[in-house]
Amino acid sequence: MSLQLDGVTLTMHGETYIDNACLTLEPGSFNVLLGHTLAGKTTLMRLMAGLDRPDRGRILVDGRDVTGEPVRRRNISMVYQQFINYPTLTVFDNIASPLRQARVARREVTRRVEETAAMLGIDNLLDRYPQALSGGQQQRTAMARALVKDADVILFDEPLVNLDYKLREALRHEMRKLFASRHTIAVYATTEPAEALALGGTTTLLHEGRIIQSGSSDQVYRAPCNREAARLYGEPPINLVAMRRRGQECHIGKGALPVPSVWQTLPDGDYSLGVRPHHLLSVPAAEAGSPGRQSGSAVDSAGEVVWRFPAYVRVAEISGSETFLHIGHGDLEMVAHLEGIHELDVDQALTMQVACRRLFVFDAEGNLLLSPSAPQPSLSRV
Amino acid sequence: MKIRDNRAWWLVLPVFVLVAFSAIIPMMTVVNYSVQDIFDPSTRYFVGTEWYREILADPRLRDSLLRQFLYSACVLAIEVPLGIVVALSMPRRGLGVPVSLILLALPLLVPWNVVGTIWQIIGREDIGLYGWLINHAGIDYNYASNPRDAWITVLVMDVWHWTSLVALLCYSGLRSIPDVYYQAARIDRASNWAVFRYIQLPKLKNVLLIAVMLRFMDSFMIYTEPFVLTGGGPGTATTFLSQTLTQMALGQFDLGRAAAFSLIYFLIILLVTWVFYTAMTHRDDMR
Repeated sequence: MSLQLDGVTLTMHGETYIDNACLTLEPGSFNVLLGHTLAGKTTLMRLMAGLDRPDRGRILVDGRDVTGEPVRRRNISMVYQQFINYPTLTVFDNIASPLRQARVARREVTRRVEETAAMLGIDNLLDRYPQALSGGQQQRTAMARALVKDADVILFDEPLVNLDYKLREALRHEMRKLFASRHTIAVYATTEPAEALALGGTTTLLHEGRIIQSGSSDQVYRAPCNREAARLYGEPPINLVAMRRRGQECHIGKGALPVPSVWQTLPDGDYSLGVRPHHLLSVPAAEAGSPGRQSGSAVDSAGEVVWRFPAYVRVAEISGSETFLHIGHGDLEMVAHLEGIHELDVDQALTMQVACRRLFVFDAEGNLLLSPSAPQPSLSRV
Repeated sequence: MKIRDNRAWWLVLPVFVLVAFSAIIPMMTVVNYSVQDIFDPSTRYFVGTEWYREILADPRLRDSLLRQFLYSACVLAIEVPLGIVVALSMPRRGLGVPVSLILLALPLLVPWNVVGTIWQIIGREDIGLYGWLINHAGIDYNYASNPRDAWITVLVMDVWHWTSLVALLCYSGLRSIPDVYYQAARIDRASNWAVFRYIQLPKLKNVLLIAVMLRFMDSFMIYTEPFVLTGGGPGTATTFLSQTLTQMALGQFDLGRAAAFSLIYFLIILLVTWVFYTAMTHRDDMR
């Protein structure tokens, strides 16, 4: 089945929680809802489930209007951030509970529970009670309960947030496999861009109760429709820099550079540039010469214009084999994501550079004009 | 080398003193009394376990013990389910919450003897509102002469007085259940009974344990209400254990026998409470 939101709006106590949401979810699709905390992800899911009723707009299932239908009449399951299981029931009975409510025959219940438990790797825990399980096993039980009843829509509300890193990776990987062969619509809410990219499928970006973009995950990542979308879909968020074109010169901060070939079509005016943190590179001192006061340009081996600018180290966060470098350039703060460990002192002067063809260009209103022509180097590094 | 520092004893000392004066010394005094026949402070004889044997064989005391168990069972059988129902039907948000909390807390603030007096007056068939209404509805009701009516009046009094304690305890237990549980149950299409049985009742178990024990102990020690209402009558219909004990100790000044009796009383409460507690927490240990 397909699920369609048609101009869905929800206001409570004079505050708009969801504003005119239009979205179509295809059968068998895996849909990620990406947004900050309080962006409205949970509210949107509650509307999809029928737990809340929208003030305006319609919710259609296979083209049929189900807006007023209560949750009991819809075939939906949901997995929460908290591990929600019945404490006095064994894992088996927990997984079986939706089937028993639906009065499925006993042998069928056993078969389906065992099948689902095996799929999630908890078939050896069926006679245990939830409180005797680890967090990951409890969440697997909750997932099995959601999967067992063959719901039309399964909603995942940040299900992996309370699990440790290793388990998250493992479960996330399994989830894609679980849904590969199903006709169920999966909706997965998360605050993490990396998770959205790893899960693939489609991504819907939610910002302050509005859907700002929806499309296949890597397409949305490569061409975010505006500045908000670009900031949202990237961790650390994309850096935004003001740029003004005057004839054959582009002014950034106090510096100027010649107009790169990819920007030739832009008329004179004000723009903002989006710089992905992992596209910023630190130029070795020998190559950069003495760091100048102003930003300028260089030309790389392929003859492309490169924006090169002096910067000062604010903080260098080293995590494993990567360094997150917070730098200042004039009154601009930026974050660079560098490979390897760079031990840098606070206030150390650096020369940074980024190839202009890697930059996103947004117009004065913030809408995307140009996205990087070359493919992104690797999607796993967000 | 171990450093020995005994100053910690000073910190425990206040508790020792407190417990000694509040529990151990009075209790040992009672134990001491219970093995003696006391005529006056200087004339006393050691009698061993004679008082205990006498009491266990006394039909008057056996009757009041049975009466007491029956009464406590009735109190629990009415107040616990009723308290749960009240708690379940209380509002979960909005103005109704403080209003219902205050209404429930009101009876708890009324002293026992006042409760007794209120019902003594309100239950009279000549000037009492309820008594008059019931009699005019064609039902013969007189707590002063009919043992059954006296019993019902004492029970109603207790239910009126203490059901809100059970309700408040259950309400606090229910409030600790996150909304997502109810939401998950709705999505699972669980019935109201299933929500109660598998979500609410497990969460209520701990507060119910406390509620049952408090109500058992309290009702097992009931004294003031029947005393104020009918003085334990008519006959001995509402003479419960503590009143029998008081009559023995202060009415007849039979100190040795009363001491033996109160020790048995104490052991019964201890035993029943222990059985309750073990029975209600046993299933957890099995897991």
